[in-house]
Amino acid sequence: MVNRPENERIAAAPPQDGAKSSVKGQQPTGPVKEMKGPVNWLEAGKLFLLVVLIFAVAVFAAKPLEQQLQKRLGLDLKGGVHVVFEAVPTPGSPVTPDSITRLMGIFRNRIDALGVAEPIIQKEGTRRVVVELPGVKDPEEAVRILPRMAHLEFKTENGKTVLTGKYLQDARAQLNPNTNEPEVTLKFNKEGARIFGQVTTANVNKRIAIYLDNKILTNPVVQEPITTGDAVIHGGYKTLEEAQHDAVLLRSGALPVKVKLLEKRSVGPLLGKDSLDRSVRAGIIGLALVFLFMIVYYRVPGIVADLSLIVYTIIVTGIFILIKATLTLPGIAGFILSIGMAVDSNILIYERLKEELRAGKTLRSAFDAGFRHAIRTILDCNANTLIGAAVLYYFGTGPIRGFAVTLAIGVLTSLFTAVTFTRFVLHLLARSRLVLNPKAYGV
Amino acid sequence: MNLIKIRKFWYIFSLLIIIPGLISYFTRGLNYGIDFTGGSLVEVRFDHAVKVEDIRNLLNDLGLGRDNQIQTSADNTVLIRTRDLSQEENDKLLKGLSQRIGGMKLLRNEKVGPNIGKELRNKAILSVLIAFALMLVYIAIRFEFLQGVAAILALVHDILVTVGLVSIFQLEVDSAFIAAILTIVGYSIHDTIVIFDRIRENLRMRKKDQPLDELIHHSIMQTLTRSINTVLTVVFCLVALIIFGGVTIRPFMITLLIGVISGAYSSIFNASPLWYDFRRLKEASAH
Repeated sequence: MVNRPENERIAAAPPQDGAKSSVKGQQPTGPVKEMKGPVNWLEAGKLFLLVVLIFAVAVFAAKPLEQQLQKRLGLDLKGGVHVVFEAVPTPGSPVTPDSITRLMGIFRNRIDALGVAEPIIQKEGTRRVVVELPGVKDPEEAVRILPRMAHLEFKTENGKTVLTGKYLQDARAQLNPNTNEPEVTLKFNKEGARIFGQVTTANVNKRIAIYLDNKILTNPVVQEPITTGDAVIHGGYKTLEEAQHDAVLLRSGALPVKVKLLEKRSVGPLLGKDSLDRSVRAGIIGLALVFLFMIVYYRVPGIVADLSLIVYTIIVTGIFILIKATLTLPGIAGFILSIGMAVDSNILIYERLKEELRAGKTLRSAFDAGFRHAIRTILDCNANTLIGAAVLYYFGTGPIRGFAVTLAIGVLTSLFTAVTFTRFVLHLLARSRLVLNPKAYGV
Repeated sequence: MNLIKIRKFWYIFSLLIIIPGLISYFTRGLNYGIDFTGGSLVEVRFDHAVKVEDIRNLLNDLGLGRDNQIQTSADNTVLIRTRDLSQEENDKLLKGLSQRIGGMKLLRNEKVGPNIGKELRNKAILSVLIAFALMLVYIAIRFEFLQGVAAILALVHDILVTVGLVSIFQLEVDSAFIAAILTIVGYSIHDTIVIFDRIRENLRMRKKDQPLDELIHHSIMQTLTRSINTVLTVVFCLVALIIFGGVTIRPFMITLLIGVISGAYSSIFNASPLWYDFRRLKEASAH
């Protein structure tokens, strides 16, 4: 077992002043010998190179990483709208997987017609559809248009529906060349044009009303039979924009089921930028405090901790960009918390290190023993945090999932940097014999 | 001094925080945001100072009810919480604000249906219970079943402290609150395991005549610096975020701060003493 030789060593070296005296060079026996001796310049050089390399990477990578992250901001940070619709079954149009798929297709058409870049349209559960539109100027516009049924009907004077939007090929908004009033022009497909021809022939000098979602748009008198499949709605539109909205609705087709707006969250670009700037500044201040604390309290290992935190931050940011994670406020909170846990890994290692040094071990064996003991604790802790993150991810939605993902990535990365980087640098430090005074290790 | 011998004091101190919190919770409840109650929220910023009265009158004139919450803050930002408005009513409100008061920028506009909150709460409770069960299993395998029970009780302590204080201070509870509670649970279990890990290690080297309470006390003292330093670094980050961060994340961060401090406390002063009591009970019943 490991315990026996350790105990022997503790017995061999006077616990308190053993370390001190070794620095003065008066302790020639046993393992303490390593505590003195010339600096190993080869190892010191490696250490120096590594530090320079980290700073170089940090300085050069900072800008591109930040630019990449800017592209991955969530709705709460750059503005946009998040809406949840629920399909409501009505007689004749039940909610089926197929109708939800068609619903999402129509949503996509409408959003595309509004000219929104990178919309997210997702199914949630069996009858809900989540729509996220980042960076839209007028979030309310989309919320108004999406849930409209867009059920187009042509009705004769006796109220009989003779034609529906099913046969529509195209719908465009324009300003009437003569009157300069906004209107919507309709174009039917072949079948539609045939029906429209029959209907207009049968109803010359009578009225045919056009209804959209049971609201009458226009009710003109048929002058002559129309066989080309063209129709015009001058629905008393006040602006061209209004006409365009109806055209978008008609072009995208009618919804297969009725939908209800369940949840809406829209963030103006102003608020998003505000919270981002403030959170980033606050994060930097918090981190600076942590960096300072680590150096003041743990001295040389504190510097190693800060270096490993820099490496950690670069890796985590890199992973965020690679997996195309969306950065939301809860996500940033998860990241900050994972920094806390990364710092904790370092603290666990250094507290152990101090204990071993106090017990009179040499720097190298203290590093080894401290690390070996601490890593077990770190593994058990992180495993539990990962369990929590997994449960959060599995049950959470949207922002909570983002939080869980950043937390999990953070915990795994901190484990990785602790095992590889921190350990490597500590070894290098011990081999280089640059800093031998235990006081520099906070003992 | 032996921390375990005077464990009564630690329990009493915890109860002194938890009981007023619970009284507040059962009498005043929590300040639920629209995420839980359902409703609409409009946050706007004006380029000039506005009176709450003017906005209240506007809401009245539009027929949007009397018992709306209107909050103003220093930078002419106004937060209006109403019942669940339809899209038409919402549009009417926005139009009214920009026409009657003017100089307005829309910061945030939210609407949550009434059933969403219930779903959210049920999901949250379910996920906490599942997380507890999984953690209990993990600790039972890696450590000891009774330590798992003690650790879970410490977590319950943290949730009670947090919920109680959030109720006393009437902090707004929205969906981020759930994330906060789960983070606190994660943090607290982390802290507890560090101490249990040390106890496990010391148990292996335990001398025959060493009493268990002394061993636990010793283990806590060995890890105390680490416990304090770790909670300090997290507190640094959280305080920076509370002071300098955006207003929207403030309730979330304050909740985290309460929970993290409670988590550090319960890991040191509740989890191990409880485990000690459990062990004694078990031994007593075995005899």
